[in-house]
Amino acid sequence: MPMPLTFHKKPALVVYVTCGDPDLATTREIVLAAIEAGADVIELGVPFSDPVADGPVIQRASERALKHGTSLAQVLTLAAEVREQAQSTGLIVFSYLNPILRMGIEKFCKVARAAGVDGALVTDLPVEEAGEYLRAMRGHDLSPVFLAAPTSPDDRLKRIAEASRGFVYAVSRTGVTGARQQLADDARKLVRRLRRVTKLPVALGFGISTAEQFAEVGKFADAVVVGSAIVETVERNQGREATAVREFVRKLWDVSAQSPLTAS
Amino acid sequence: MPETLVAALEELEREYDRAKRDKKFQARLTELLRTYAGRPTPLFFARRLTQKLCGAKIYLKREDLLHTGAHKINNCLGQGLLVERMGKHRVIAETGAGQHGVATATVCALLGFECVVYMGTEDMRRQELNVFRMRLLGAEVRGVSSGSCTLKDAINEAMRDWVTNVRTTHYLLGSVLGAHPYPTMVRDFHRVIGREARAQILKAEGKLPAAIIACVGGGSNSIGIFYDFLNDKKVRLIGVEAGGRGEKLGDHAARFRGGSPGVLQGTYSYVLQDSGGQIALTHSVSAGLDYPSIGPEHAALRDSGRAEYVPASDAEALAATTLLARTEGIIPALESAHAVAEVVKRAPRMKKSEVVIVNVSGRGDKDIGIMRENLKLD
Repeated sequence: MPMPLTFHKKPALVVYVTCGDPDLATTREIVLAAIEAGADVIELGVPFSDPVADGPVIQRASERALKHGTSLAQVLTLAAEVREQAQSTGLIVFSYLNPILRMGIEKFCKVARAAGVDGALVTDLPVEEAGEYLRAMRGHDLSPVFLAAPTSPDDRLKRIAEASRGFVYAVSRTGVTGARQQLADDARKLVRRLRRVTKLPVALGFGISTAEQFAEVGKFADAVVVGSAIVETVERNQGREATAVREFVRKLWDVSAQSPLTAS
Repeated sequence: MPETLVAALEELEREYDRAKRDKKFQARLTELLRTYAGRPTPLFFARRLTQKLCGAKIYLKREDLLHTGAHKINNCLGQGLLVERMGKHRVIAETGAGQHGVATATVCALLGFECVVYMGTEDMRRQELNVFRMRLLGAEVRGVSSGSCTLKDAINEAMRDWVTNVRTTHYLLGSVLGAHPYPTMVRDFHRVIGREARAQILKAEGKLPAAIIACVGGGSNSIGIFYDFLNDKKVRLIGVEAGGRGEKLGDHAARFRGGSPGVLQGTYSYVLQDSGGQIALTHSVSAGLDYPSIGPEHAALRDSGRAEYVPASDAEALAATTLLARTEGIIPALESAHAVAEVVKRAPRMKKSEVVIVNVSGRGDKDIGIMRENLKLD
């Protein structure tokens, strides 16, 4: 059994997509293109009507995806299709809590496991509310990934790391998702604080959109999450979404010392 | 709740716990409620409405007489004093009907805070007078044009602001919603309504009422008037939701009629949603009731059977507005008119010896435009 949530190169690349934008068939092509261009882990974003943690780019994508009824069940079907074609890539379902609750936590875990999903990240579920979810995830051998924020005190970072499997997702700054010119000082500090409480790899996300930022983050984090920049690439390249994402992901490595092709 | 906000929620909880036990804090709040907001509010015997309906004796709890025109000021003063204690200087809020926004802008002017209010563009249109009031008070009103462009979307945007500026900013949430400690804290600040009403009705009638009726959007005025009667098992507690223009999902905001358990904006409660867990759009003639979820304590009261919840339609609320205006000379807010609509249905079925209290949570000035569009007066 492969361990797809292991990062094989440093920095590893985690790519977020909003599923169903513009449609599920295109999302599948986009995901496969991102994998081909070097993504180690894919976060399959489940569109939600009220994405409070997301900036305007992902909000717009979610609205488009929901207009034609994209559902969590469909995202899991998509995961199974991707898994057939990409055995060693990590697949994570990235969702708000309510669609999972509506499906039922146990059923979600069962279907996700059967689809070949490796883990899940529930963006509005704090670790202390996660008892039932954690039991179900572990019962199905799925990796729960939790967010750690610059505002989380040390004792919370410890709980977050202890509840997470695979990696911990460090949020680079206070705020919603979306590209930023500069990386906040918060980011480096948070990764350093996480290192003190966990041996798990740390992926840093929120606001990373350029090859320069990717290279910079790669110096202190194990993996870099790129989300809104991918979603915006999809938005801006109607009709050639997958090709544009492939080019975008390839370019991310331009500044990094290590190219994906020479990764060990 | 996003992880970034958890530390701020914990800080708020600690600060609120300390303030609750701090006699100076409580004394200052009580003084402001008395000298600034205008408490206690009267409990008024509605003689002509009672005669007209030919049933139970109807009393009105006059929260509409408070400064800024609704009960919302109770909570804003409480949280405003907490903001002072926490040493923050920027306050954000959401608003539906604009009453909470106006109350927040007012308290920010009073205490010297920077104030930003998020409001759905649809609500800005139908409550434009309140938009101007907020601006006059020095607040910045930011329009939100996502989703249904109403209260739910305003809360989303306020949460995005908070998640970004959490270190300097307090989110002055206006209802018994959101993550802990908001539902209990906001309820505590509104308990004064029920505490006063209980003493007033005992003084006026020498007995407890048979029923208390209040409208329920998020549910702050209703939980405020219900709370001190919870142990009086013979007092029926009746919450009135927005029945809107029909029973189809999207046409109303009656969470207990069409909702199911879910999580929205940090609250686990009844939610109007579709089969995939997406939050439904809602409709009500009253912006303050136009919200797809309901305070979690109301969900618990409903599930335990201690309180009951019924819908009143747009048309019933509008008819009740005219009735109250013409029998008592009181123009209620369209939110409160839903509670009046329920007493119109219920009072005639009650004994004349029974007493019922209706919470008139706000006044109708802000709704005059909507009333003019919807009411054909002869």
